[in-house]
Amino acid sequence: MFVAIQKIGKYFSLLKQVFSKPENNSFYFRKVIDEMVNLGVNSLAIVSIISLFMGAVVTIQTGLQLNNPFIPKYLIGYATRESLILEFSPTMIALILAGKVGSSIASEIGTMRVSEQIDALEIMGINSSAFIIQPKIIASVFFFPFLVILSMGIGMFGGFLAATLGGIISKSEFLYGLSYWFEPYYILYALVKTVFFAFAISSISSYFGYFTKGGALAVGKSSTKAVVYSSIVVLIINFIITQLMLS
Amino acid sequence: MIDVNNLNKSFGDNHVLKDLSFKFEAGKTNLIIGASGSGKTTLIKCMVGLHKQDSGSISFDGRDFIKLDKKERRILRQDLGMLFQGGALFDYLTVKQNISFGLDMFTSMNQKDKDDRIAFCLNRVNLSNINDLFPSELSGGMIKRVAIARAIALKPKYLFCDEPNSGLDPQTAIIIDNLIQEITQEYNITTVVNTHDMNSVMEIGDNIAFISKGELAWSGDKKSIMSSDCKVLNDFVFASQLFKKLKK
Repeated sequence: MFVAIQKIGKYFSLLKQVFSKPENNSFYFRKVIDEMVNLGVNSLAIVSIISLFMGAVVTIQTGLQLNNPFIPKYLIGYATRESLILEFSPTMIALILAGKVGSSIASEIGTMRVSEQIDALEIMGINSSAFIIQPKIIASVFFFPFLVILSMGIGMFGGFLAATLGGIISKSEFLYGLSYWFEPYYILYALVKTVFFAFAISSISSYFGYFTKGGALAVGKSSTKAVVYSSIVVLIINFIITQLMLS
Repeated sequence: MIDVNNLNKSFGDNHVLKDLSFKFEAGKTNLIIGASGSGKTTLIKCMVGLHKQDSGSISFDGRDFIKLDKKERRILRQDLGMLFQGGALFDYLTVKQNISFGLDMFTSMNQKDKDDRIAFCLNRVNLSNINDLFPSELSGGMIKRVAIARAIALKPKYLFCDEPNSGLDPQTAIIIDNLIQEITQEYNITTVVNTHDMNSVMEIGDNIAFISKGELAWSGDKKSIMSSDCKVLNDFVFASQLFKKLKK
């Protein structure tokens, strides 16, 4: 228990250093753009593929559950949209990104630590934690919501394809369901939790990478821990924000 | 000049540096030698501020690192250059970007001046046409030379080298050693080299501190090291058959 509290304290102490004033604003800005490409743009393909199939599967399963003459068919489209917006796109994509981006951040920073690149930054008089971690957090917080919005769109398209090509319901019924009783607040809820997920994934993964000790094996362990802890924290945040915003 | 006074450093119960004092002179290649685990790396890490000493002082031409405020420390750090054992080049940057890194961060030089400085530094370490290569595309000796180029780009007053020729063949090791010595004398830098390579000692040892179990056991230069009667030093220096024969 004491060790856990100590680690949480160390994490917040690192965050304090991370959000100190940059040495060179323009250099940091360029790094943020690079990280957006590295962490965000490079995740577009995996997010798109997963969302397409996720939307299709949600539609097929909802179709099976609502296979009743007393329930209007367009509700399949409605349920697909709501499932994607409320849970599947933000949470599922966050868990995928915890794996992809989280492990990438932890292994990158961990390798920098064991190969003394972080020491080299410190000796130059650069706040290494701010220089390495801050751009990753900013890039994630700004870019992940776009990935989630994209995921919602592609997921619905996947659902549309499954519904129409699989003969579950007609094109017009599915589209009517998609636009039926739309609540914009749910989008806000999804984006708010995505921002928190993005912060948690990037900062927790950075923490494990930054405090890597040892060699290549330690980098692998840090990467695994980053994914595991980020995923757990994503689920906890999901519960808390859902409780606060929807209950 | 770097003046280390009564330096103590412990990790838990392990007292690594014990009341260590030594003067590292400007314009000379100052060597810290000693067996593995003697405290050499801890000393150099204390000197560059990566470890905080428990007590004692480290003074850079009168500026005591511990007593400086955050801003003054940052300024002092820009006078430090360091060559790490593995080079520690940023592997996501090209050779040119690695050397340019400090210039981009801390100077307001225009691109032409930066390019000139990069070309000068690379030329000084006898490298050319490698601007766009990544560290993974370089040999061990080239990595060390690029790391030296990066370390001298900001014209440091103090250069620290942690085992600069480890993992290099004897010929390349001598090239690196000579390069460090030439740069030291040319720019009147206070250079501190951490090594356990006796070839380096005999090649560039202007001012040598021998550390044993965290204490300064002997100091002198490369001429006096062969005739010393310090037992721990002799056990270290004449460990190989070659040096034993050389002494006889």
